[in-house]
Formats: sequence, structure tokens, C-alpha cells
Amino acid sequence: MIGRLLPLAVFAALVGLLLFGIQWNLHHEMTDVPSPLIDKPVPDFSLPLLNDPTKLVTRKDLLGKPYLLNVFGSWCPTCQEEHPILSSQIKPLGLRLIGLDWRDPPEAGQQWLRQFGNPYETVLNDASGSAGVDFGVYGAPETFLVDAKGIIRYKRTGMLTHENIQTELLPAIRKLGAAP
Amino acid sequence: MTRARLLAFCAALFCALAASHAFAIDPLEFKDRAQEVRFQNLTKQLRCLVCQNQDLADSDADLARDLRRQVFDMMQAGETDAEIKQYLVARYNDFVLYDPPLKPGTWLLWFAPFALLGAGALALGVILRRRTRTAAVVAETDSGEDW
Repeated sequence: MIGRLLPLAVFAALVGLLLFGIQWNLHHEMTDVPSPLIDKPVPDFSLPLLNDPTKLVTRKDLLGKPYLLNVFGSWCPTCQEEHPILSSQIKPLGLRLIGLDWRDPPEAGQQWLRQFGNPYETVLNDASGSAGVDFGVYGAPETFLVDAKGIIRYKRTGMLTHENIQTELLPAIRKLGAAP
Repeated sequence: MTRARLLAFCAALFCALAASHAFAIDPLEFKDRAQEVRFQNLTKQLRCLVCQNQDLADSDADLARDLRRQVFDMMQAGETDAEIKQYLVARYNDFVLYDPPLKPGTWLLWFAPFALLGAGALALGVILRRRTRTAAVVAETDSGEDW
């Protein structure tokens, strides 16, 4: 009897495994690579302001208060899609919003912000993309939540949406013990 | 096959062939042939994160180009393959490596196939032994029977 049931049990286990795989893929984005930088300090950088290349901003200049670092580029269609959400849903949170114009000549970034509006407190320019590599950026837009001590607490790869702001970003901000 | 279809097929074939020869198009100045080979080998082991089913050597994505440049610069600076991999893993996770490293988090990945194979062999052994035993018992009773 047991000998008869064994193949059936193995088959059922296999079906279970495959269903689990399908479920997993439905709820996880396969392109979403977990960042090893979570709970690590922001990498050292020294980047010029987008609007004034003579002024350099470093990691230390941003310490003291939590901030969101939003990686964008004028060449990036999804960033354009995300842009209104930054003004309508992120700005009201009262967090400092720092822009990182990635792999973009400064003129292109400036023009883009003139055209679509500038929700950022400060915008840095990483024309060569080397700071992006240090941040482990692989596809704009990306958003990092950094606490007052300069530790990365949350990262979103891809667009911020109403849904992931509510379910992921806001809880992460609450954990900082800061605004809302 | 209609003429248009044939044309489309040829175009597809041409693209496929062109793509297979199009890797490492950036003008990188290698010190010598050995370094170039080393570079090609290393970038083949690294994943392009934008188009995740391509390696760095093959990918034409902008990020892949940046990372190839980074690998190249680090090589020129005399860093070893292991150091370069370490640098990328610290930023992009183990995911950037095509060969997942052996560590507690990947034990299941590395050893599950062998464990399953072992379990299968064990089950097979048990079943076979049971079967020969019943066969022997049947044979014994058979021989004892008087026709």
C-alpha cells in the first residue's frame, strides 16, 4: 500500500514545489536584485551640483538629517513617469529629497528639470556614472532612504508608486523615528 | 516560403550572427594579449544587471559598458580577479556572479541535487532489496510445493 502511495506523494510534492515557484515569481520582481548596501553607510562620493559644477557635495555634507536620494536621468522614460509622484507624494513627507542625475550631461539634466519641474532640494550630477556604480545602481529610477547617520535603510529599484510608497517606503521612514 | 518570409528569415539570421561577433566593442587598450584574454574571461563570469541573461562581455547596455570600463581600470591598477569580483559583489550582490559562491545561504542550491540523487539511490536500493527478498520467499515456497 505504502509502495503504491509513494510515487503519488512524490508527484504531489513536485506539484507543490512548482506551484510555489509560480507564486514566488508572481510576487517577486525577478529583476529586483536585493542591494547589499542596506544597513551600510552611503559610499563615499564627491559630486558637483547640477546647477553649479564648481561646488562639490560629499557624503559628509548630507549627514545630520535623513534624506531620500533619487537616481534619475533625462534619458530615462520611467523617471519621467515617476517625476510627478515625487512632487505629489514624496515632497509632502517633508524629507529632504536629493536628486542624482546619473549618466547624463549636466545640460541635459538641467533642461529636463526646467521642462518637468524640480522637486529636489539639491541635485547632484554624475555624468560619468562612476558614483552610480559605487551605489550599485543598475537601472534608473532608483531611490535610497538614508538615515541621519548616513546609513542606507531602504532601496527601491524602479519607479516609486503609490502602492510601494505605502507598503514599503513609509514603514521604513517610520522606523527611522522621523517624519510622518 | 514566400519571398518576404525568406527575407525576414535571412535578416534574423544575419542579426544573430552579427550579435555573436559584436562583443567587447569598446576601444580598450590592453597591455598585451594575455591581459585581453584575462579581461574576456572575467567579464564572461559577470552578469549584466540590466539584461540579466547576458554576461558583461556580451552586453551592449550602457551599464555593462560602465562596468567593463571599471573592470578594465581595476585590472590596469593591478588588482586581481578576486579583488575585482569582491568590489562588484559589495555593490551589486552575489547576483553579479554567474557562479554562485559556496556559503551557508547557497548550500541548498549546491547540495540539494546531490541530496536528491542520494535519496533516490537509497529508495531504489530499499525497493530492490525488498523485491529480491519477496522473490526469494516466493521461490522457496514454490520449491516446497509438491506438484
